[in-house]
Amino acid sequence: MTGVRQISVFASNRPGKTAAITGVLAEAGINIMGMNIASSGDFGVIKFLVNDLEKADRALREKGFTISLNEVLAIEMEDVPGGLHRIADLLYRKNINVEYSYGLPMKPHRNAILIIEVEDVEQAKLLLKNEPLRFLSEPEIQKERG
Amino acid sequence: MIWNPAAEAVPLKERQSLQLERLRRIVDLAYHRVPFYRKSLDRIKLKPGHIKTLKDIEKLPFTTKDDLREGYPFGMFAVKLEEIVEFHTSSGTTGKPIVTGYTRGDIELWSEVMARALTMAGAGPQSIIQNAYGYGLFTGGLGTHYGARKIGAALVPISAGNTARQLQVMQDFGTTLLACTPSYSLYLAETAEEQAGGLRRLKLKSGCFGAEMWTERMRDEIERRLHLKALNIYGLTEVIGPGVAQECLRQSGLHIAEDHFFPEIISPETLRTCPEGESGELVLTTLTREGTPILRFRTKDITSLHREDCKCGRNSIKMARITGRSDDMLKVRGVLFFPSQIEKALLEIKGVEPHYQIILTRPHQLDEIEIQVETTRHIFSDEIKRLEELRSQIEKHLEHAINLRVKVTLVEPKKLPRSEGKAKRIVDNRQM
Repeated sequence: MTGVRQISVFASNRPGKTAAITGVLAEAGINIMGMNIASSGDFGVIKFLVNDLEKADRALREKGFTISLNEVLAIEMEDVPGGLHRIADLLYRKNINVEYSYGLPMKPHRNAILIIEVEDVEQAKLLLKNEPLRFLSEPEIQKERG
Repeated sequence: MIWNPAAEAVPLKERQSLQLERLRRIVDLAYHRVPFYRKSLDRIKLKPGHIKTLKDIEKLPFTTKDDLREGYPFGMFAVKLEEIVEFHTSSGTTGKPIVTGYTRGDIELWSEVMARALTMAGAGPQSIIQNAYGYGLFTGGLGTHYGARKIGAALVPISAGNTARQLQVMQDFGTTLLACTPSYSLYLAETAEEQAGGLRRLKLKSGCFGAEMWTERMRDEIERRLHLKALNIYGLTEVIGPGVAQECLRQSGLHIAEDHFFPEIISPETLRTCPEGESGELVLTTLTREGTPILRFRTKDITSLHREDCKCGRNSIKMARITGRSDDMLKVRGVLFFPSQIEKALLEIKGVEPHYQIILTRPHQLDEIEIQVETTRHIFSDEIKRLEELRSQIEKHLEHAINLRVKVTLVEPKKLPRSEGKAKRIVDNRQM
C-alpha cells in the first residue's frame, strides 16, 4: 500500500481565487487528476491530486501560496449502485472517520477511484489491511484514471 | 566601548549640574530669540531667571506639535538663516510638516549622539554599517550617516528600498550593523529565506531598529531569523532625529543622551510630572540645540524612565521601549487600547507572524474591529476545522488581551501591505 499525497492550498473565499491557483498549475504544465474545494466563510482550502507533486509544490510556493502536503487513501470503487456504500460501511465498521473525500473516474469507465482523507492514515491502513479493497498508488492512479 | 565616557559615565551630580547650566542657558536663549517662547513665558509671568533648579523645568509650558506647525516654516528658529546649514522636516502626513533647522553646531551635536548610539550598538571603525533608513528630509538616513562617519565605520549609504540589492550588499560586503525599521528587517529576512541558500553568509552582529513601534516578541523574531542583536534606537525630527536614545548590548532600555536632551514623564491626562519608573508620555527639552531649541516638547510617546548603573558602564537615564502613543490609542466601543497590545497578543500564539492589520468599521453606529492575520505555512492546516479552531483561538486570546470582542479573519500571506518604511497597521474606516 504505497502512499498517495495531495496538495492543499489556502485561499480567500473570493471570486478569482481558484483561477489564480489553477493558473499557476496550468502554467507549470501540471495535470490535475482530482480536486475538492471546502470553504468556511472568509476562506477555503483547495485540495488537488496532481501528476507531479514536487513541481506543483514548487510552483505554488514560488507564487507565495500557503500550502501543505498530506497523505490520503485511494481506493478502487465499483461504479454500480452500492459501490460507495460498500466502502463507507467498511470504514464505519472499523470506526474510521472520513475528514474529506472526492472521487475520480477510472478507465474504462466502469469503476472509480475514491480519495479519502482520514485523521490517522497509518492506523487506517493497518485496520483495512486484510479487507477486500484495492488501494492504488500514485503511478497506478495515473495509469488507470479515466 | 563607550564613545564619550566624560558624558555617558560621570557621577550623577556632575551631569545634573551640567544639565542645569544648559537648561538655564537654553531657556534664556529661547525666550530672547523665539517670539513663541517669549509669548508663552510672558503669559504665565515666568522669566528665564526663575529657573534655578532642574525641578523648575516643570514651571515651563509645554510645546506641542501644533505649536511647531503654526510656526511653519521658520517661526521656531532661534538663529538667522545664514547660520543654518541643513533642514529636515517631519513627514507632514497630518498637515503642514514641522521644519527643524540645524546649525553647524547642531550637526556636530547630532553626529556626537549618533556616534554614541552606534558605539553602544557595538560598532567601531572596523564595522560595516548598512544604512537602510531613507535619505532625504527624513532624519533617519542622514542622522545615521553622520554618526557612522564620526566613529570611522565603513558606511553603505544604501537608503531605504530595493530589497534585492540590500540583500546582495549585506552578503557581498559583509555588513556587520544593519540600520532600518524593525518591520523592514523582518521583510529582508523573509525575502532572503525564500532565496536559495538563505542567509548563511551573513556577518551581521547587531541592528539599530527604530522609527516605528515594535515589541519584545518582534525582537525575538528578528534575532532568530537574522542572527544579530536587535537594538532599539529612538529619536524624533522635532528634537533632532535618531540618537536621542539608544539601547546598549544589555538590551534593558534605551540610554538617553540626557546631557543634551532632558527627559520627563507626564500623565497625558493631568499633565503632571510622574515619578521615576511610572509610565506616561515622554517630554523632551533640547539643552544644546542652536537652530531650533525646544522646551518641554510633548512627544506623545508612552514610556517610563529608570535610573541605574547599567552593566555596560553607562549611568545615563534609561527609557523603556515605547509601548504606544498617547494620540494613537484606539478607542473602540469605549475601550481604550494600543495597537501594540494586539501585536503582543498575536505573537503569543505559536506560529503566528507579526503580519497583521487592524481594520475599524462602524457599520451600524457601532464600532467593529477586525484583525486580519496572514495564514503562513506555520499555522496552515488542510483541515478547515483546524483553521476555524485557530481563528477562534486567536479571537479569544485577543479578546482577553484588550477586553473587546474582535473578529479575526485569516488572509493569504503577503496580502497585507509590506512596507519598506513604516508598516501600516491600522485602517480606520469609521465615519466619525
